[in-house]
Amino acid sequence: MSEEFKKPRILKINILRFDPHDPEDVPHMETFEIEEAHGMTLYIVLNEIREHHDNALKFDFVCRAGICGSCSMLVNGRPTLACRTLTSKLDEHITLAPLPLFELIGDLSVYTGKWMRGLNKRLETWIHDKEEELNSDKLEQRMEPELADEIYELDRCVECGCCVAGCGTIQMRPEFTGAVGLNKIARYHIDPRDKRSDEEYYELIGDEDGVFGCMSLLGCEDVCPKDLPLQSKIAYLRRMMIKTSMKNNK
Amino acid sequence: MKIIYTDVLIIGGGLAGLRVASGIKERGHDAVVLSLVPPKRSHSAAAQGGMQASLANSVMGEGDNEDVHFSDTIKGSDWGADQEVARMFVHCAPKAIRELAHWGVPWSRVKKGDREAIINAEKVTITEKDEAHGLITARDFGGTKKWRTCYTSDGTGHSMLFAMDNKAKQDGVEVHERMEAISLITDDGRCYGAVARNLMSGELVAYVSKATTMATGGYGRIYSVSTNAIICQGMGQAIALETGIATLGNMEAIQFHPTAIVPVGILTTEGCRGDGGLLLDKDGYRFMPDYEPEKKELASRDVVSRRMTEHMRKGKGVKSRYGDHLWLDITILGRDHIEKNLREVKEICENFLGIDPAVDWIPVRPTQHYSMGGIRTNYTGESQTLKGLYSCGEAACWDLHGFNRLGGNSVSETVVSGMMVAEYIADFCDSHESSMHIHSSKIQIALEVENEKLEALLNHKNGEDAYVLRRRMEEIMMDKVGIFRNEKDLQDAVDELEELYKRSKNIEVFRCKSRAANPALVNAYRTQKMLKVALTVAYGALLRTESRGAHSREDYPARDDENWLNRTITSWPDENQTMPSVSYEDININTMELPPGFRGYGKDLTSHHPDTKARQATVDAVKEKLETGGATRFEVQNALMPYLKKLPLKYQGTNERLGENV
Repeated sequence: MSEEFKKPRILKINILRFDPHDPEDVPHMETFEIEEAHGMTLYIVLNEIREHHDNALKFDFVCRAGICGSCSMLVNGRPTLACRTLTSKLDEHITLAPLPLFELIGDLSVYTGKWMRGLNKRLETWIHDKEEELNSDKLEQRMEPELADEIYELDRCVECGCCVAGCGTIQMRPEFTGAVGLNKIARYHIDPRDKRSDEEYYELIGDEDGVFGCMSLLGCEDVCPKDLPLQSKIAYLRRMMIKTSMKNNK
Repeated sequence: MKIIYTDVLIIGGGLAGLRVASGIKERGHDAVVLSLVPPKRSHSAAAQGGMQASLANSVMGEGDNEDVHFSDTIKGSDWGADQEVARMFVHCAPKAIRELAHWGVPWSRVKKGDREAIINAEKVTITEKDEAHGLITARDFGGTKKWRTCYTSDGTGHSMLFAMDNKAKQDGVEVHERMEAISLITDDGRCYGAVARNLMSGELVAYVSKATTMATGGYGRIYSVSTNAIICQGMGQAIALETGIATLGNMEAIQFHPTAIVPVGILTTEGCRGDGGLLLDKDGYRFMPDYEPEKKELASRDVVSRRMTEHMRKGKGVKSRYGDHLWLDITILGRDHIEKNLREVKEICENFLGIDPAVDWIPVRPTQHYSMGGIRTNYTGESQTLKGLYSCGEAACWDLHGFNRLGGNSVSETVVSGMMVAEYIADFCDSHESSMHIHSSKIQIALEVENEKLEALLNHKNGEDAYVLRRRMEEIMMDKVGIFRNEKDLQDAVDELEELYKRSKNIEVFRCKSRAANPALVNAYRTQKMLKVALTVAYGALLRTESRGAHSREDYPARDDENWLNRTITSWPDENQTMPSVSYEDININTMELPPGFRGYGKDLTSHHPDTKARQATVDAVKEKLETGGATRFEVQNALMPYLKKLPLKYQGTNERLGENV
C-alpha cells in the first residue's frame, strides 16, 4: 500500500506549559492528540492545537519557512526550528519545551530578542569605521568576490538561540558570549570594512566570558540550523586572541 | 495607563521602519520603533533574490542606468505608478545600495574573466570586465531589460535587515519589541501617535509623537495561502483606515508570485528563473515560450502567474492531493550554482518537500505574494489626508508599483523610501508646523476606548468564533479575489465579507480570558481589522472593470485607460459603515515622462486615453530637439518631467557608474 493511503498516525504532542502571568499556574506537561497529515510540520501541529484544542497556547512563528529563527524550541530535548521540522521524521510521541536560558514569555514562547539585543550591543556588532563619511554617489568600495562570499557564510546566522540552548559552558557561566556572539566577531574580523584592531576585539572576547570560556563541547555546531562553521571559527578566534595577548605581553 | 512621548513614532521594525528611524536619529530627533517581533525577524528577512539598483557593473548590466530602470518599473506597473515617485526611486536606489555596502551587507561581487551561466536553457560564457572586478554584481530578474538585481546569494533580505538593524543599534534607535499598535491617536485632522498593546503583559501604552510612520508591510495574510510571514496581516492599513481620515490606495492590486512551493506556499525566489531555471508542465514540457516568446519565464510576475494558471486550466497541471501544480526545474543550473547562489531554496526544498533541487523538480504554483496597495501618501510619505501620519515600504502606496511590482523592487523600495521619508519627516519636525496641540485628556480617552474594546471582546456572551470568521475570509479571498477575477465571484465575495464583518463585531474570546499574553485575544481584534482590509481589496476589485497589471478581470480583459487610468482610494469615514467608501484619483497623462503604451505581453487590447497621443507627440518632439542639440540624458529627462529638486538635498547628486560621471 502506498504511503498516501495508510491510516494516519495519531501524534501525541506533550508540551511543557507555564504562564508566568498567572499566579495560580505551575509548570506542567500537557498532551494533545493530533491526527497526522501529509507534509505536516510542527508549525501546522501547534496552530491546529491552538485553533481547535487550546487557544491560549503560546508559541512564536513568523516566516514559517526556516528563515527568521523565531520558532526555536526543544523538540524531544534538542534545540531546533519547529517550523521546518516534519512530523514524519519523528516518533509519534513528540515532546516540546521552550528553549532554556532565555526569559520565558509563556509555554513555548521565549524572549530571545532581548537576549540577542543585549549581545549585539555588548559586542557592538556593526561596522566600525571612523574614516570620513560615505559619499553614496561614488562607486562602492571594491571587495574580492571570494571574501564577500566568506563574510556572507558567517552572516547567515539568524539569532535563533539554538546554539545558546545547546551550549554547555553557558550553563555554568551565564555571561558567556556563546557561539552566536563568537561567530559574529569572526564575521566582523574578516570584514575589511570594520576597522577594529585585534586589541579591540581582544577587549570584547579575550576573557572567560568570551572565547577562552568555551569548553569545546561543540553542542552549538551540532544544533545550528544554518550549519554555520562554529567549531572552526571558535578555534580560529582562540588562536587569534592568544596571538594578540602574546603580542601585548611582549 | 502609561504615556510615552517621542518626536517620531515608527510602527514596524522591518527594513523600511529601521531605515526611517536611523535617518531620523541622524537628523537629531528622537525615534521609537514599535515591533511585533524582534526586528531581525521581520518579513524583510524573507526577501531572497535581490535588490534592484542600476549599478551596471556586470557585463550583463552594461548600458543600464536610471532611465532603463525607470522605464522597466513604469511598464511593469502597467502605467499605474506615479512617475515622479518612480524617478526619485530609481535615482536613489544606487545610493541606498552603496550605503548598505558601507554598513556591512556582503553583496556578491563581480569576478573578472569568464564564467558559465544558463540563459534560455543554454550554457553560455559571460566575460566580466577587469575594471568591474570587486564591484557589486547583479542577476537577471523578470520584467527587466538589464541584469540589475543585486544580491547576497539568496539571502539578500536577511543580510540587508541584519545590517540595518545593527546600524539602528549603533545609532541608538530605541526599539520596543512585541508592542502592537492597535489604534492611531488623532485630533483635529492630525495624527499624534498610537495606542499600543504589549503582547507579553497586555499593558496598553499611548505613544505620543509629532509624526507617526507606518512601516508595517503588506496584508497578504488575508489570503489562505500566501508567501508572507504570518504577521503580514494588514494591521497598519487597518488602523490607518480606522482613523476615518487616512485613505488607502489601490488595495485591489495584489501580486501573485509564480513559484511558491505546494502546498505550504513558501517562496522560491525569482532568482531561480533569473539564473536560468525553467517552468515545466505535467509532460515535462517547457510551456512559457509558447505564451511569451520574447521574455519566456522572465516575463513580469503577473504575466507568468496568469500564463501558469491558464496552462493548468488546459489540463496541463500536475495533479496532486493539494490541487494542480507545475514544475520549476533548476537542475540545469548544476549543484555548485545551487549550493552557492540558491542555498535558501535548497534548504526549503530539503526541509519542506524532502527533495534535492539539484536532482528533482520543485512543485510550484502562483501564490499571493505582495500588496501593491497601501496607505495612500504623497512622495514625501505623508498621508494625503491625515497630517502627521507617514508611511513607507510595502505598507504604503506612494505609488511606485502601480498595479504590478517588479521583482527586486520591493527591498529596494524599503530602504529608498525609508531614507527619503526620514528626511521629509525630519524637515517637518524641524518646522513650527510640528508643534503639538493635543490635550492630554484626548490621549486618555484614546486609551480608554481601546481598553473598552478589549474588555468587550473578552466579555461578550454567545459571540462569534474569530477563527471561523477568519478562515472563511481567507477562503473567500483565495477563491474569489485571486489571479483571475470576474463580477459574479467578486460580488459574492463582497457580500459575504460584509456579512462576516458584521458578525465580527460580536466576536467573543472563548476560554482564555487573560489580558496578558493571549493569542486568542490577539486573533480576535486582528480578525475584525483584517475583515475591513479584505473588504477594501474585494470591493476595489469589483468596481474596477478593466484589467491592469495584477488586477485581471476575465469579463474585462482589456486595460482601459480612457476610464480607469486612476487610483482607487478607499476610506472608512464612519465606524458604523459596513463597507468602505470608494473614490478615484486621476492619473495625469500630460505630466508623464513615459506616456501609456503597450507592455509587450500577449496581444495589445488597451483602450487608450485620448490624451495619450498628444503627450507622446510632445515627448517625442522634446526628445528629438534636445538630443539633436547634443543634450545629455539628464537634460532631456529634466525637460520632460523635472523631479530632482523635490528630493532631499543630500540625495540630489548624480550617480557614478563605470564609464559614467566618474
